[in-house]
Amino acid sequence: MSTAAAHDAHDHGPASGLSRWIFTTNHKDIGTLYLLFSLLMFFVGGAMAMVIRAELFQTGLQFVNPMFFNTMTTMHALIMIFGAVMPAFVGLANWLIPIMLGAPDMALPRMNNWSFWILPFAFTMLLSTLFMDGGGPAGGWTLYPPLVLQTGDAFPFVIFSIHMMGLSSIMGAINVVVTILNMRAPGMTLMKMPLFVWTWLITAYLLIAVMPVLAGAVTMLLTDKFFGTSFFSAAGGGDPVMFQHIFWFFGHPEVYILILPAFGIVSQIIPTFARKPLFGYSSMVYATASIAFLSFLVWAHHIFTVGMPLAGELFFMYATMLIAVPTGVKVFNWVSTMWKGSMTFETPMLFALGFVFMFTIGGFSGLMLAIAPVDFQYHDTYFVVAHFHYVLVTGAIYAIMAGAYYWLPKWTGNMYNETLGKWHFWLSTIFVNVLFFPQHFLGLAGMPRRIPDYSIQFTEFNVISSLGGFAFGLTQLLFAYIVISTIRGGKKATDQVWEGAEGLEWTLPSPPPYHSFTTAPVIK
Amino acid sequence: MSARTNLRVPQVLTGLALLSVAGIAAAEYGLNLRPGVTTIAQEAYSLHMLILWVCVAIGIVVFGAMFYSILNHRKSKGAVAAQFHESTAVEIAWTIIPFLILIGMAIPATKALIAMEDTSNSDLTIKVTGYQWKWQYEYLNEGVNFFSTLSTPKEEIFNRADKNPDYLLEVDNPVVVPVGKKVRLSITANDVIHAWWVPDLGMKKDAIPGFINEMWFNIDTPGTYRGQCAELCGKDHGFMPIVVVAKEQAEYDTWVADQLKMADAAAADSNRDFTMAELMARGEKVYTSNCAACHQANGEGVPGAFPALKGGVITTGAAAEHLALVMNGKAGTAMAAFAGQLNDADLAAVVTYERNAWGNNKGDVVQPAAVKAAR
Repeated sequence: MSTAAAHDAHDHGPASGLSRWIFTTNHKDIGTLYLLFSLLMFFVGGAMAMVIRAELFQTGLQFVNPMFFNTMTTMHALIMIFGAVMPAFVGLANWLIPIMLGAPDMALPRMNNWSFWILPFAFTMLLSTLFMDGGGPAGGWTLYPPLVLQTGDAFPFVIFSIHMMGLSSIMGAINVVVTILNMRAPGMTLMKMPLFVWTWLITAYLLIAVMPVLAGAVTMLLTDKFFGTSFFSAAGGGDPVMFQHIFWFFGHPEVYILILPAFGIVSQIIPTFARKPLFGYSSMVYATASIAFLSFLVWAHHIFTVGMPLAGELFFMYATMLIAVPTGVKVFNWVSTMWKGSMTFETPMLFALGFVFMFTIGGFSGLMLAIAPVDFQYHDTYFVVAHFHYVLVTGAIYAIMAGAYYWLPKWTGNMYNETLGKWHFWLSTIFVNVLFFPQHFLGLAGMPRRIPDYSIQFTEFNVISSLGGFAFGLTQLLFAYIVISTIRGGKKATDQVWEGAEGLEWTLPSPPPYHSFTTAPVIK
Repeated sequence: MSARTNLRVPQVLTGLALLSVAGIAAAEYGLNLRPGVTTIAQEAYSLHMLILWVCVAIGIVVFGAMFYSILNHRKSKGAVAAQFHESTAVEIAWTIIPFLILIGMAIPATKALIAMEDTSNSDLTIKVTGYQWKWQYEYLNEGVNFFSTLSTPKEEIFNRADKNPDYLLEVDNPVVVPVGKKVRLSITANDVIHAWWVPDLGMKKDAIPGFINEMWFNIDTPGTYRGQCAELCGKDHGFMPIVVVAKEQAEYDTWVADQLKMADAAAADSNRDFTMAELMARGEKVYTSNCAACHQANGEGVPGAFPALKGGVITTGAAAEHLALVMNGKAGTAMAAFAGQLNDADLAAVVTYERNAWGNNKGDVVQPAAVKAAR
């Protein structure tokens, strides 16, 4: 039998039932699994945030004891970073990279399946620590020793779950790199790829470089606790600060892993709704690559107060300030894309513009934090909390939501409800600012991080922040409703969906066939 | 310079003065950093305001352009999209100009940082040790040594009493320093990483077990300045504040003399015997400040985390083992070694209390002499 005939005989679309989802090697299915998993974890992490804001709503201890409060702050961060934001970006990568490149699937489909399925097991293990003797981890998501070594029975399970998450990320990243470098349609040079693909190519290299460093750091914690090593114990000749350097060598590139795909999403959306090409495509590529390169050189700005030599503090201050330059270039390029365009403001564009505005605010507080002599006043206060929530919530999460609204019609064949989408955007934007903007003031006024109770001068802004938090959390239920009802039905979407949309994915039907681009398109 | 440019200088200066007043006024409302009472705090404040205004200026330009565009370059207004999509000249310009702005910020920042990290030629050195969950202060030359623990009553924390104005920012024994003198702190920790921070003094440093970090300050105004631990250190991270009292030199000298007298009195206590009633009363106070955080006021502990002392194996077993555990701690757990933290009389009292409270009723009594012998 010829290969073509053999292929046709097997081309029957997806299997039925649960085994379709367990055994799938299809990038569209795996993308959907990642995205729905991330949505679920977003609500789990969000519930923990509600516990935090409930306790901080008033002075005094009302609802939880301090140990459990620390567990909530620790788990909230681990779940949101590793369970919500990263899987969402991988889900978008899985759905979009092949159809943006004109490829039939990811390069390594079976490894792709395993990359996803590791995650539910890893998070079940992590969440189960809440029920163990001594409770869940309570030393902060940054796991600093010696404090983290006081964790009870939960300790090895936290380490193992982090290892599993790391494996998932590394395998996913390898898949992304191999796909992008080998499976582009003929004629699609690297500098013709959509910017979303570029940002994921660079993010994948960051993942491969730094996830093993995190694995090494947490393994050293494990051996310090159980196998008599003293990597981080001064009594044994080690140094707790070494952990911080190793962790943040991972940690800083990690925060760029959490934002570069967001830059890519926004770079796809704004040109569509401005009906104008992205301004400065090659600058955008070079700026993204510069940010990724610089991200390896700045880690100690997270630990300016740890007791570094002056030369170290100066170097890290200068390098950190430098990152503002390529980041600024990107913001200017987005605004220039808008400039003299013909804009409409559907929900994806609202979230993308909200991203540009509020991520930039987060960028400004980041620049302030870079100035080491003033960082001594900001470090470990709510000023830092405000900064990273602006770049991660109104930054990364807004970009993910923008992407969800933008591509849902392509993935499902159904338009989402535009009125509800706009309600979701406006309510979220008002409440997210009520939630996080006052935290800048709290930090400047002197409120430290990771405390369940505070002195009375911090009361007013904590009340405001908590009210914003409850309202923001509730508003996200609207998003879940919109996503699920769009999957189930809605006004039929065209193939083009958006008037100004460009790119190979918009040449496919909405929804695309289970196997698309089985024959490569030719790019001129 | 033309006459027109000359006229602008006073306007600019007035503007800047108003902005800095606005900054300080904002601090009063809890919106802004405080200028503080040391030169380093004031330099940090000035840098903060400089960077803030640079960011505001850039924000006005960028967001101004964005909002202009959103209002005018919209399809509903009939705008037709231009098709320009690159300009090398513009890319170079908006790379170089921000770079120059950054250099402008880096120069004063570098000067401030060099000054802040220069702990040489200090007048007074205090060794600061962070514990879970209190601070120890040792004035190495003067021989003063004491612990500083949160003194806010539990009733206020658990909402059974109204909160006082210094809620969570008050301690039993504050750090007292002279004004106008360069004070150097040598900071370390006993167990996990802590951090020492008083916002009005303008500097924060981590307290790392096994290592010493240094910082300095020179307070220009007498007064009381409050801060908190600034590195997550466990359960009561939010409950180990710092209070610094700056006094004129003469008052400071009196305070040092008083501290030394109190230390002598405590040492004398090691050589006498106490009655059961005295030990129980003193022991309850020591227990409340040092042990109740984990083992709870009712001695029942927290299952899975902190053992119960009420009916406990150790507290109702041999007195010598009980005393040894309190003095030496238990490695690999959160139970610290209290030999270095409490004097002989306090240790004797708290062990006696634990053996007789909550119905344990062992009837035995531990005297300071036994503690002294066990050291």
